[in-house]
Amino acid sequence: MDANRDADRWGALADGTRLAIVARLADGPLAVGKLAAGLPVSRSAVSQHLKILKDAGLVEDVAAGTRRIYRLNPVALAALRDQLDTYWQRALAGYADVVEAPTEED
Amino acid sequence: MTQTGAAAVRQQIVVEAPIERAFTVFTDRFGDFKPPEHNLLGAPVAETVFEPRVGGGIVDRATDGSECRWARILAFEPPARVVFSWDISPRWTIETDQARTSEVEVRFYAETPARTRVELEHRHIDRHGPGWEAVTEAIDGPEGWPLYLDRYAALLKEGR
Repeated sequence: MDANRDADRWGALADGTRLAIVARLADGPLAVGKLAAGLPVSRSAVSQHLKILKDAGLVEDVAAGTRRIYRLNPVALAALRDQLDTYWQRALAGYADVVEAPTEED
Repeated sequence: MTQTGAAAVRQQIVVEAPIERAFTVFTDRFGDFKPPEHNLLGAPVAETVFEPRVGGGIVDRATDGSECRWARILAFEPPARVVFSWDISPRWTIETDQARTSEVEVRFYAETPARTRVELEHRHIDRHGPGWEAVTEAIDGPEGWPLYLDRYAALLKEGR
């Protein structure tokens, strides 16, 4: 059902400048001005690219005073959460085995 | 809502053991049940020491003598509760910046004298950001984005 959405995301990344923007945001959130300063395109071009990335759900923006700060959507956060979820699931299963095992000293 | 849901892992388990034993086993024998492949050291872990006091740590000691202190004990209240920091980055290396660490709270509830419910919450996972290196790497690989996006989609669904 989300095939179109995924296609949008792939399409959004199929551009050198947008890929560069995503890579820069991967190091941390940035305002448009700072993003543009590190890229060989104009600030308004960066804004256009950001709009496409935002429409595709890859980046999000938050207001910081009069500026807007862009950051990657929490995709990596979801992956980290998955890892930790698995980690604790396995740890608790192992814990149950240990805590319910007959103790040698008993 | 999505953000809150994404930033914490919650799990619980009910064990057939009195609360005191449930607590003691969790802290004393942590190294006996944690998934072994998540070892930050270069050599096999000889022991894991859970120092039973606030200000202590959880320390892995390897057979070659090296050690890895990967958690700080933030609360130690036997047999009810223990809280420790998670000083491990998303890349499974030690995180030295405390502002970028998450925390784990474990609570023990006596359901009966012989049965204990253990609730675990690993929260503030978002503090590990912006450790987005994994995303940067994923962009380079064909398997990266679809995988992350699938998970992301599932997460958004969950947050609704």
